[in-house]
Amino acid sequence: MKEVLRSHLASGICLAISIAVLAVLPSFMGFFETRNMAQVGMYFIAIVGLNIVTGYSGQISLGQGAFMGVGAYTTGYLASQHGVGVWWTVPVAGAVAGAAGLLFGIPALRLHGPYLALATFALAVCFVELARSDRFAEVTGGSQGVFFGLPTAPYYQTWGIALGLLLLAWFVLSGKFGRSLRAVRDAELAAVSSGLNPAVFKTAAFGIAAAYAGVAGALLAIQLGSVSALAFLPALSITLLVGTALGGFGLLFGTIVGALFIVYAPLRAEDVSQQAPSVMYGLFLLAVLFLMPGGAAQLILRLRALLGKATKQVYSRPTEGEGD
Amino acid sequence: MIDWSELFQQIVAGLAAGGVYAILALALVLIHRATGVINFAQGEMAMFSCYIAWSLINTYDLTYWLAFALTLAISFAGGAGIYGVVIKPLSRAGEITVVIATIALLVIINGLAGWIWTPEIKFIESPFPPGTFTVGDVVISKQDLWVFGVSMICVSVVFAIFRFTRTGLMMRAAAIRPSTSRLLGIRVAFMLAVGWGLAAALGAVAGLMAVPSLGLEPSFMLTIIVYAFAAAVLGGLDSPAGAVLAAYILGVGISLLSTYVDFVAESQEFKLPIAFGVLLLVLLIKPTGLFGRTVARRV
Repeated sequence: MKEVLRSHLASGICLAISIAVLAVLPSFMGFFETRNMAQVGMYFIAIVGLNIVTGYSGQISLGQGAFMGVGAYTTGYLASQHGVGVWWTVPVAGAVAGAAGLLFGIPALRLHGPYLALATFALAVCFVELARSDRFAEVTGGSQGVFFGLPTAPYYQTWGIALGLLLLAWFVLSGKFGRSLRAVRDAELAAVSSGLNPAVFKTAAFGIAAAYAGVAGALLAIQLGSVSALAFLPALSITLLVGTALGGFGLLFGTIVGALFIVYAPLRAEDVSQQAPSVMYGLFLLAVLFLMPGGAAQLILRLRALLGKATKQVYSRPTEGEGD
Repeated sequence: MIDWSELFQQIVAGLAAGGVYAILALALVLIHRATGVINFAQGEMAMFSCYIAWSLINTYDLTYWLAFALTLAISFAGGAGIYGVVIKPLSRAGEITVVIATIALLVIINGLAGWIWTPEIKFIESPFPPGTFTVGDVVISKQDLWVFGVSMICVSVVFAIFRFTRTGLMMRAAAIRPSTSRLLGIRVAFMLAVGWGLAAALGAVAGLMAVPSLGLEPSFMLTIIVYAFAAAVLGGLDSPAGAVLAAYILGVGISLLSTYVDFVAESQEFKLPIAFGVLLLVLLIKPTGLFGRTVARRV
C-alpha cells in the first residue's frame, strides 16, 4: 500500500513539474516554436489513444491517422458550412471519430492479430481515396480540402485538453476497465472463463482510441485553419505507431517522448533530404524493437530500478512484443 | 443488351491485374507460412526491385531481360538478407514485434527509394509487344495476355518447387515443424531465408509487370499491395492456391465493377473501398478466408 502511494506521489510530482514547464514554455518561444509544441500536444493525444489499443489491448492499429482525419473533417465541415465555433467542434469531432471507430471495430475486432493490422492499414489507404474524392466535395471539399480560418497556435488549449485526456486515460486504465483489458490481452481464455467478453473490451478500446484521434485531428485542423486529405496519408498512422513504440507500449508516461520525437526528429532530418525523415523513423523503430522493446517508459522504469528507488513495477506491459 | 466483346475484354484486363495481385498474394502467403507474419513491406520491396531494374536498364544499359534476371537475383538476395538481419533476430520476440518490424521496413524502403532515385515518376517500357489481336469481334490486348501468362508461370514454378523438389519439401518442413526439422538436419533458418528470398523475387516480378502501365514512383505499389493483401486474406493466408484464385477473382471483379457499375465507373477512387468492404464482409462470415482452414488457436 505504502509503495503504491509512493508511486502515485512520484507520478503526481512528475505531472506537476511537466505542467509547470508546459505553462511557462511559450514565453520563451516564438510563433513557429509554439506551433510545433502545440503539434506535440496533438500527437500526444493521438498516441495516448493508440496506446490504449496497441499497448493495453494488444492489437496493432494502423488506422489512427484515418480517425484523426475523421475528426479534422468534422471540424472543417462544422466550422466552414455551419459556422460553428471551432472549439465547440472539438468534442463533436471526438464523438464522431469515436462512433466511426466503434462501427469499424465491431466487424474488424473479430479478426485476430495480423488481420486487424491489415484491415486498419486498408482503412488508412481507403480513407485518403475517399477524402480526396470529389463525390463528397460538399462535406470534404474534395481534392481542394476545406478552409475555415487562419493558421493559429492553439498551444494552451491543446495542452489543456491533452492533460485532461491523459488523466482520463490514466483513471480509466488503472480501474476495472483497464484490468479487464489487460486480462483480455494477456490471457484471453482465462478472461473469457472469468466472464469477460473480449470483443466488447477490444471494441471499446478501439472506440476510445478513435475518439482520442478525433480530438487530435480537430485540434490539428484548428491549428492549420484548413483540412486536406494529404495531411492524413497512411504514413501518419505509421508515424503514430512509431511514436507509440518509442514511448513504450502499455505505458502512458513514455508518450511524451514519442510525441516529441515525431515532431522534432523530422525537422532535423529534413536538412539532409526530403526522404530522410521516413528512413530515420523506420530505423529508429527498428532500433527500439531491437534495443529497448519496452520503449522510453521501460527505459525510465529500468533506470529507476537501477537507482534502487522502486523495484516494483506498477504497470505491466504486453507479454507479446518483448525481447527478453 | 450485353456487349459480349466488351465483357470479354474486361475479363482479360481483370485477369492481367489479378495476375499481379496473385503473384504478390502468393509472396505474402509464402512469408506467412514461413514466418507466421504478414509482411507489410512486401509492396515496397517490389517497388525497390523495380528501381533496381530501372537503374540496370537506364544507367548500365542492360537489355530488358538481362536486367530482369539480375533484378530477380538481387531481390532474392535482398529478401533473404532482410530475413537474416531483421526478422530472424526478432522472431523470438513475438508476432506483434515482427509485424511492427515489417512496418518499419516499409517506411525505410519507401524513404530510401525516394532518397536514392528522387520521387519523380520514371518509366520502364513493357517488354511485351504492344497492340491487340482479335478473336471473332473480341479485341484482346497482347500485353494483358502476357502479364496473365507470366503470373501463371510464376504460380506454376512456385507450386512445382514446393511440390516436386527436395528444397521445397525441406522448406515446407522447416515452416511447419521447425524443431523436428532441425533434428532431422534441415537448416531451418536457411530454409526460411530462402522463403523470404523467393517472396522478394516474386514481388519483383509483380512490380515489373505492373510498372509499365502505372509508372514508377515510391508509392506506386500502395494500392496494388492492398489488393494483394485483400486477395491473400480472402483466400486464406495459409492457402497459396486459395490466395491465387482469390486474386484472379478480385482482379476480374474490380475490372467488371469499374465498367458496369456507374458510380464506380465515374469515380475510380471507389474501387479500393469497395474491394475492402467485400473483404470485411467475407471475413465476418468466414474469418479464416474462403479457402483457409479453421485452426484451433493456442492459448
